[in-house]
Amino acid sequence: MYDDEGKLLAAAEKLVGQGIRVKDVFSPFPIHGLDPVIGVKRTRLAICSFMYATGGTILALLGMWYFMIYDWPMNIGGKPSFSLIENLPAFVPVTFEFSVFCGAHGMAITYLIRNKTLPGMPACNPDPRTTDDKFVLEIASSQNHGHDVDALEAALKDTDIMELSIKELA
Amino acid sequence: MNFVIPGKVKTLSYILMAIGVIALIWGYIQGGGEGGDHHQRWWSNMVVDGFFFLAIGLGAMFFYALQYAAEVGWSSQIKRLFEAMFSYVPVGLVLMMIIVIAGQFGIHHSWHWMDSSVYEQGTDTYDAIIANKKPYFGWFFWVRQVAYLAVFIFFARFFRKQSLLEDQVGGTEIHYKLFRRGALFLVFFAVFSSTMAWDWLMSIDTHWFSTMYGWYVFSGMWVTCMIFATLLTLWLRHKGHLPHINDSHVHDLTKWMFAISMLWSYLWFCQFMLIWYSNIPEEVQYFTTRFFGEHGGSSPYLVPFMLMFFINFALPFYMLIARDAKRNPTFIIGVGIIIFISHFVDVYLLVIPGTIHMHDFHGFQWWEWGTFAGFFGLFLMFTMRALSKAPLVPVNHPFLDESKHHQI
Repeated sequence: MYDDEGKLLAAAEKLVGQGIRVKDVFSPFPIHGLDPVIGVKRTRLAICSFMYATGGTILALLGMWYFMIYDWPMNIGGKPSFSLIENLPAFVPVTFEFSVFCGAHGMAITYLIRNKTLPGMPACNPDPRTTDDKFVLEIASSQNHGHDVDALEAALKDTDIMELSIKELA
Repeated sequence: MNFVIPGKVKTLSYILMAIGVIALIWGYIQGGGEGGDHHQRWWSNMVVDGFFFLAIGLGAMFFYALQYAAEVGWSSQIKRLFEAMFSYVPVGLVLMMIIVIAGQFGIHHSWHWMDSSVYEQGTDTYDAIIANKKPYFGWFFWVRQVAYLAVFIFFARFFRKQSLLEDQVGGTEIHYKLFRRGALFLVFFAVFSSTMAWDWLMSIDTHWFSTMYGWYVFSGMWVTCMIFATLLTLWLRHKGHLPHINDSHVHDLTKWMFAISMLWSYLWFCQFMLIWYSNIPEEVQYFTTRFFGEHGGSSPYLVPFMLMFFINFALPFYMLIARDAKRNPTFIIGVGIIIFISHFVDVYLLVIPGTIHMHDFHGFQWWEWGTFAGFFGLFLMFTMRALSKAPLVPVNHPFLDESKHHQI
């Protein structure tokens, strides 16, 4: 555990430089420049969002074609009511809104599921203080076969650390 | 330390200007044959090009003021680029004034309301709709023209002078002064960007009006300016003149290109959809000129009009939406050049269908592209000259350090 994000960043760089794999970092806010250091891959959430939004576009157009053109043609202000393409300008705002709706909600739900933070899910945070003003850097000995626990401990103590806790995980 | 204009670029700008001069002479000689109305096509092209390149400069001034008013840090390294771009503003304004004054003296007929006979009640040429707008088009029009000249030239010179002074003296005093003046400029620009669009472009279709128009033209000038700035940044970085510009700066610039393209598309579509939906004769005539020919069939403007909308919307949307694409010069340059030209077509179609009667319109002419090239050469020359006159990266900007460490 560290009491400053700068110290944690320096420690992470040092540990990774020694060939130690950092499992995860818990922090109350995003730490600039940390992701490439500990080897976190770039998020693919944006691609998901694009796909959800495209799905929304298709669904909205399909829906309006069925409701307004195919099932029961609506005559609103004398606009062409038997053709989707000729009536398209009227459908664009709804299509746009529905795409944004699908993109945003899909993205938010995916994010919550992927992070295991859906409402009611048990917290997997090792220390509640990381939600306030402390920063935790987690290292698993099972991911670092090249270093034994004592060596890991020594390497950690060599950094500007505030608190160290070793847990036996089943 | 200062940037030296490469010989090739200098030659290029002179060649472009030479092409422009040849095209203008050719167009002027040949222009009379087309319906013959006072070289109308030639003057219409002057309006198109005069406005398009002035708009890039005005967009740069707006963006520059916006960076100060919003206290933006990352762009402080490239603020000289915007200063260089708006160094064209005084020239562009004077050119525009010449065109407007020529119109007032009846040398060309781009603005129908300038014809005094439309105000004479009881005559054949009397036009009640225009006559009702006389208070706006009378002496008040010229007051506005003088105000544009005075305000824009004053601010362009003021921004540049203070920025160069900051290089000498340092400190934060000049920064705060520019912050206050930048905010003041935005107040002027908010009004003038709309009235300019009405005065120079919307009043061509005198009977028609749209409340969306000012914003539409403004978003067009903003996006063209952002494209030019992004390409200029990439070029200067490629030449090694901007050592501290990293991918994050390019990403941010391209984001502007992307975002304002969407703003432009949104406004284009809003204007179209509301008019299409309400279907009021006095409003739809703007689009019917662009969509339908005189005797049925489609108008010659239909294909370029729709094509430029789809290019300006879909191309940046699909090509620049991904993070990696926003950092890839190949994508940015490719998309940038295409939508830059496409936005020129946009301005062309704001002017030409209104100034040239459809039966006088016989297709697009090659010399019109020559005129575009000529004005582009002129704009390029002024930009490059201003770039070479001062250090390319400001020396004492308070946010310079923040900009150098920009990371997103």
